[in-house]
Amino acid sequence: MSDDRHEDLLAQRESVREQEQEREDTPSVGARRAAAALAGVANVPGVAKPDAILVADDMSRHFGGVRAVEVEHLEIQRGTITALIGPNGAGKSTFFNLITGFDRPNSGRWSFDGRDISGAPSFRIARHGMVRTFQLTKALTRLTSLENLMLGATGQRGERLLASLLRPAWAAQEAGIRHRAEELLARFNLSHMRDEFAGTMSGGQRKLLEMARALMVQPDMILLDEPMAGVNPALTQSLLGHIETLRDEGMTIVLVEHDMDVIMSISDWVVCFAQGKVIAEGRPDDIRRDTAVIDAYLGSQRSLQEDQT
Amino acid sequence: MDVLAVLSVAVRGALGPEAAIYALAAIGLNIHFGYTGLLNFGQVGFMLVGAYGTAISVLSFDAPLWVGVLVGMACAVVLALILGIPTLRLRGDYLAIATIAAAEVLRYLYRSSFAEPVTGGVFGLVQFAGEFYAVNPYTAPLELGPLRFSERALWLMTVAWGITFLAAGLVWLLVHSPWGRVLRAVREDEDAARSLGKNVFAYKMQALVLGGVLGALAGSLLAINSQAITPDAFIPIITFYLWTIMILGGASRVLGPILGSIVFWFLLTFLDAFLRGAMSAGWIPGGLLAPSDIGAVRFAAVGLGLMLLMVFRPAGLIGNQKELRLDVR
Repeated sequence: MSDDRHEDLLAQRESVREQEQEREDTPSVGARRAAAALAGVANVPGVAKPDAILVADDMSRHFGGVRAVEVEHLEIQRGTITALIGPNGAGKSTFFNLITGFDRPNSGRWSFDGRDISGAPSFRIARHGMVRTFQLTKALTRLTSLENLMLGATGQRGERLLASLLRPAWAAQEAGIRHRAEELLARFNLSHMRDEFAGTMSGGQRKLLEMARALMVQPDMILLDEPMAGVNPALTQSLLGHIETLRDEGMTIVLVEHDMDVIMSISDWVVCFAQGKVIAEGRPDDIRRDTAVIDAYLGSQRSLQEDQT
Repeated sequence: MDVLAVLSVAVRGALGPEAAIYALAAIGLNIHFGYTGLLNFGQVGFMLVGAYGTAISVLSFDAPLWVGVLVGMACAVVLALILGIPTLRLRGDYLAIATIAAAEVLRYLYRSSFAEPVTGGVFGLVQFAGEFYAVNPYTAPLELGPLRFSERALWLMTVAWGITFLAAGLVWLLVHSPWGRVLRAVREDEDAARSLGKNVFAYKMQALVLGGVLGALAGSLLAINSQAITPDAFIPIITFYLWTIMILGGASRVLGPILGSIVFWFLLTFLDAFLRGAMSAGWIPGGLLAPSDIGAVRFAAVGLGLMLLMVFRPAGLIGNQKELRLDVR
């Protein structure tokens, strides 16, 4: 490797570190807004939020004898980044699947934006404005990046069988969607992949593609299932940047994540699951010191270290 | 052996009405598998209900032939709904099992003795397409050197190829629309399509009905072509010829099934005529191959050809080879 390239890399790493530092030092508009909104909220499981976009009650899902999810009450505050943490098998992903209609609970009611969506099929929940991504990225491999994104737009006239035969009926709308998709591709630095099959993309690019595709739905809330898993540090920073920007624009974000540094740096609220139940929730700093969370998930070593710094 | 004669027989097979009919049924299958990823192993069942819907309407209800064709297509819609409602919510392999079984059940149903008053049982039905031949505009056969098409064949070819290319045009319009984009998304990953607000079940059902209706139309044409149908003409192997045709030409390509059918029928009729010619010329010793084996040998040869194609051109003749190299899942 030449020296030039080496310096480039060093400079890049430095800028990443600076961004990281900046994020922690100066909270963004959205972060301040979220902190203000959650200021008076006590850190007890199932606490009511001032402006909840998602409210879930008595959710349970059993697999045989295993009680995968047993959530009595959980509210997600609008316009915040809420992180779900917990050990493997705690029920975070199952809870995701339940509220997005990808799995059916044994019992429970949940509403989104004031509308009861209990038991609604997944595609309808997505149309209501609650969109998810998957732990194992689901890029549509034999569609181009642009097609992947354009698929995400809702209310497309050309998606009806008979109307699809009449190009003039949807051509104008299609052009608008294409324009929006191209903007999103540019925003996520994927413009160069525009006409490439998604199957030729790297794992990290697929993560970006999936997030961009979900945004094409123009959701009010986006659920990200381990968006940083298997992504290199520089790309993690860029993903985090995107997530924070979305929150600053007013979107609600829920994410499942295992990287505690990530969680502590970007989330406004943290919910900790263990054995299917919500055992704690609160601001990141409260969670770091919560004894129940330390016992179930963080481990004493980790939390002590964090305390000392 | 007259090479020109052998070739003209082969060309007649490649352009004849059967090639068009198989191409049409394969276009239906291409909507199922090529674009939506549905594993339909019972396309012949759709052809059967199309053929019998046409013949029974004409013979038992004195309906005009065009009404019979529409009835055949309506039967395919019903069959698609019956197959799709229970299985399309399940994983893909269940549809495969259900379709292959349904096609066989239908064949036994139509040939059973209790259905004989309507379906003619094992003897089938004959002489129901007189109307079609009555309006034949061709008055003289077409002769191009050794190639000769009778006026009857010309009329059938005109209609069958006309419908086939219309169907290909329809598919082109559909797959180059947002509707087709959703269909391909369903093929790639149903859950991803669902997570973006697409009603996957509805799209799969629309695809199943549409492809089934094209299969039924092919069945009607097959019945009109031979003026005689028996249930045992609709055996499962027909479905696998259709799969061969689709894969040979290139799945998820609009013209793939048409090219596939032409090549398939060319090879079949060419090998048949060639082997017969070679045998009568004494090139093949009688102890090695009996004339009655030719039918089997030509299929073995087509199978060998297909294997070679899969090795060297796995996406088919006009398939997108780049597309196939992607890791699917």
